[in-house]
Amino acid sequence: MGYDFSKKARILAKTGKGAATPVPNVQQPLLEARGITKIFGDLRANDTVDFSIVPGEIHALLGENGAGKSTLVKILFGSLQPNSGEIFWREKSVSIRSPSEARGLGIGMVFQHFSLFEALTVAENIALSFGRDTPLQAVSEQTRKLSRQYGLPLDPDALVGDLSVGQRQRIEIIRCLMQDPALIILDEPTSVLTPQEADTLFETLFRLRDEGRSILYISHRLEEVQRICSAATIMRHGKVVDACDPREETAASLASKMVGAEIANIERRQEPANDEVVLQLSNLVMDKSNPFAVALKDISLSVHAGEIVGIAGIAGNGQSELFEAISGETVQERADQVVIDGEPVGLLDISKRRAIGAAFIPEERLGHGAVPNMILSDNILLARHASDAEKFCKMGWMKIIAGKALRDVARRVSKVMDVRKSAENPPAGSLSGGNLQKFIVGRELDRQPDLLIVNQPTWGVDAGAAAHIRQSLIDLAASGSAVLMISQDLDEVFEVASSIAVMSEGNLSSPQPASSMTREQVGLLMAGSQAAMA
Amino acid sequence: MDVWISIFISICAASTPLLLAATGELVVERSGVLNLGVEGMMIIGAVAGFSAAQATGNPYAGAVVAVFAGAVFSLLFAFLTLTLVANQVATGLALTILGLGLSGMIGEHFVGQPGIRMEALVLGLDAIFYISIALIGAVSWFLFRTRAGLMLRSVGDSHTSAHALGLNVIRIRYLAVMFGGACAGLGGAHLSLVYVPQWVEGMTAGRGWIALALVVFASWRPARLLVGAYLFGAVTIAQFHAQAVGVAIPPQFLTSLPYLATIIVLVLIARNRRLTMINTPAALGQPFVPDR
Repeated sequence: MGYDFSKKARILAKTGKGAATPVPNVQQPLLEARGITKIFGDLRANDTVDFSIVPGEIHALLGENGAGKSTLVKILFGSLQPNSGEIFWREKSVSIRSPSEARGLGIGMVFQHFSLFEALTVAENIALSFGRDTPLQAVSEQTRKLSRQYGLPLDPDALVGDLSVGQRQRIEIIRCLMQDPALIILDEPTSVLTPQEADTLFETLFRLRDEGRSILYISHRLEEVQRICSAATIMRHGKVVDACDPREETAASLASKMVGAEIANIERRQEPANDEVVLQLSNLVMDKSNPFAVALKDISLSVHAGEIVGIAGIAGNGQSELFEAISGETVQERADQVVIDGEPVGLLDISKRRAIGAAFIPEERLGHGAVPNMILSDNILLARHASDAEKFCKMGWMKIIAGKALRDVARRVSKVMDVRKSAENPPAGSLSGGNLQKFIVGRELDRQPDLLIVNQPTWGVDAGAAAHIRQSLIDLAASGSAVLMISQDLDEVFEVASSIAVMSEGNLSSPQPASSMTREQVGLLMAGSQAAMA
Repeated sequence: MDVWISIFISICAASTPLLLAATGELVVERSGVLNLGVEGMMIIGAVAGFSAAQATGNPYAGAVVAVFAGAVFSLLFAFLTLTLVANQVATGLALTILGLGLSGMIGEHFVGQPGIRMEALVLGLDAIFYISIALIGAVSWFLFRTRAGLMLRSVGDSHTSAHALGLNVIRIRYLAVMFGGACAGLGGAHLSLVYVPQWVEGMTAGRGWIALALVVFASWRPARLLVGAYLFGAVTIAQFHAQAVGVAIPPQFLTSLPYLATIIVLVLIARNRRLTMINTPAALGQPFVPDR
C-alpha cells in the first residue's frame, strides 16, 4: 500500500474527534447552518433553514418530496450556493463553493441517484474523486482494504455497468470513506435495497458512528429513522418545522409533522370471490433488448378478477421489461403467451390490447405516461384514441378530435382524483409529479378497465397523493377488475396487494396470498433465493 | 515490386487526412460533444496551411499554421455549444458551411497557383504521416492510461456525475474540441501540402464526413480507427487503379465506392447494438447546463 489517502486522518486524530474518543452528550456542533435561504424563480426551496449536527450522531433529515431536503443537502455539499445564510464547520464560518471544497473540509456524500460512470471500472470511478497524483493501483488496493474492513464486498476491476444497484451503492460509500470524512451525507440510501441489504448498511453506519463520524441520513421511511437515528430535523415546504428525537416519537406523530396533516388511512375492501382469470401469462420469455436490459425467463402468472397481484423486487430485475411485454410495447413470439380476457393478444400492439379492456400505467410519468408539452385533454386522446374511438374521434374515417368530450373527461378525472393544477387544461409538464401521476392513473380508471397494469404507481409522489392512488387501485379491484401492480416499495405492496409475487433477475416467483407472507420472505426472494418459500 | 510500394505510399497519403481528422473527432466525442463541423475545420486547415506555406515558402510553417487555424476555428463551435449551449448538430453543420465558404473566399487568389510540397522524410513518406501514426498511439495511451484521459471519458459518460465530482466539464470539453479542431486542421494541411499540393475550392470533398463516420465505425476505439481509415484509403486508391487499368466499371461508381462503403459499414455496425452501446459515450451530443 503505502499511499496516504487521508491527510485529514491525522488532523482528526489531533483534534480528538477520531476513533476512540467516547462521545459526550453536550457537544459543539460539527456543522451548523444558520438562516439558509435558496430561491429558484419564485419558489423558496429553502426558507431561513437552521440546522446542526454534532459529532458521532446519526441525524435524520425528514420530509416529503419537494420539502427542500435535497436543496439543503446540495448547499451543504457545495453543489448549490445559498442566496443567504451562513454555514459553520467546527464553529468556523465557511463558504462551500464546490463539492471538492466540501470534501476538503471532511464532508462526504452518497447520492440517491448514483453519480457513477457505467462505462468505467469501480477503481476508475473511485480514482476520479482524488487528486491527480493518486495512482490507480493504490486506489484498487485501498478499495479492497476498505471493502473488507467495513464488510462491503466489491471487485475494483468490475465494470460499473455490470453491477447491481446495491453494489453500486457500495462504490459510493467506499469512495466517500476513502477521504476519511467526518460527516457523511446519505440521500435515501435504502430506497434501492432489499430489507437484508438495508440491515447490512445499518451495521456499517453504526460502525462509522462508533468511530466518531457524523451521519446525515435523508429519508422518508419513518420506521428506519426511528430505528437508527438519534436526532431528526423535519422539513416541510422549504422550512424546518420541527427538530426532535425520533426514538421518542411514534411513526404517526412523525408522519403528521412531515405532512402537516393526518394522512388518510387506506381502507381495505372485501374482495369479491371470483375465479375468472383476466390476465394469463404463459411461459413468457424475452431476450435482452440492449446490454443493460434484463431478459425475462419463462414467466407464468394468472391474475383473477377482483384481485390485486403485487410484484415486488428491486428496480432493474426485469420489471420494466415485464411491463413492456404485457402492455404490448414489445410484442411476443406467440399469441398465447399473453391472454387478456380469454383472448390471446401476444401478437397485438398496445392499442389493440387496450381495446380489449386493458389499461396500462407506465413507470415514467413524463415522456412515457404523458407528453409534457401537450395539454391534459390531448394526453387523454393519445392514450384512448383507439379504445374510445367512438367517443373522441368523430366523422368516421376523418377522425376529427372531439375537443369538448375530451375536456369533459379531463375535468372529470381531475375532480375524481383531486388533481391540483394552475389552469383548466394546462400542459401535462406543468403539473407536479404527484398531481400528474394522479391524473394518469385517473385517465385509465375513468375507462373502468377489466385489467389494469401499473408500474411503480407512487414513485416519487408525496404521501397524500400516494394514499389517494393506492385507495383508487383497491377500489378498482373491489369493483371486480383485475390489477397487476409492479412496485419496488415493499410497504406499498403489503398495503395494497392481495397476493404477492417477487421478481429477481428476470424470474418471477409464484404469487402467494399477502396475508401469508412476511417481509423477510419477500426480502429473500428479492435477493434471488427461492429457498425462502420452502 | 515498385508498383506495390507506390500503391502503399499512395494509400498512406490518402488515409492520413482521414485518420487525423477522425482521431481528433474521436477525442471530441469521447468527451461527449458531437462536432459535425469536421469538414469545415479541415478545409480551413487546408487553406490556412496552403497560404502560410506560400507566404513563408516553408510547408512546415504551413502545417503549424493549419493546426492553429483549425483549433481557433473550433473555438467558435466550443463557444456556441458549450458556453451558449446552442444545439450541437445545428452548430456543427453551420461550422461546415461557414468553413467551406470562408476557405473559398480566402483561397480565391491561390486557385491555379503551384503549391509548395512537403517533401518525404523517410521511406517516401512525409512528416504529417508519421505524426498521424504517432498520434493514434498517443491518444490511445492518453484515453486509457492517464488520469486526464479518464476524466475526459467520465465527462463523456455522464457530465452530471462528473460535475458532482467537481470536474470542470466545460473546460475539459473546450480542450477536447480544440484538440479536435487542431487535428482536423492538420488533416486539411496534409491535403493541400502533400496529397495535392495546390489549392482547389472544396478540396476536402467530403473527407470530413467520412472521418465522422469512421469514428462510429471504430466504435470510439482508437485502434479500430487506424484500421478503418486505412480501409477507406485503400478503397480510394483501388478505385484510381481500377480506372487506370481500364476495368469496365463506370468511373462514377468507383468514385462513389468510399461513400457506399461508409453506408454499408454504418448499417452493419448498427446491427450489433451491444458493441455500439457499450463504447458509445453516453452523454454524446447532450447539452450540459450546471445547476446554479
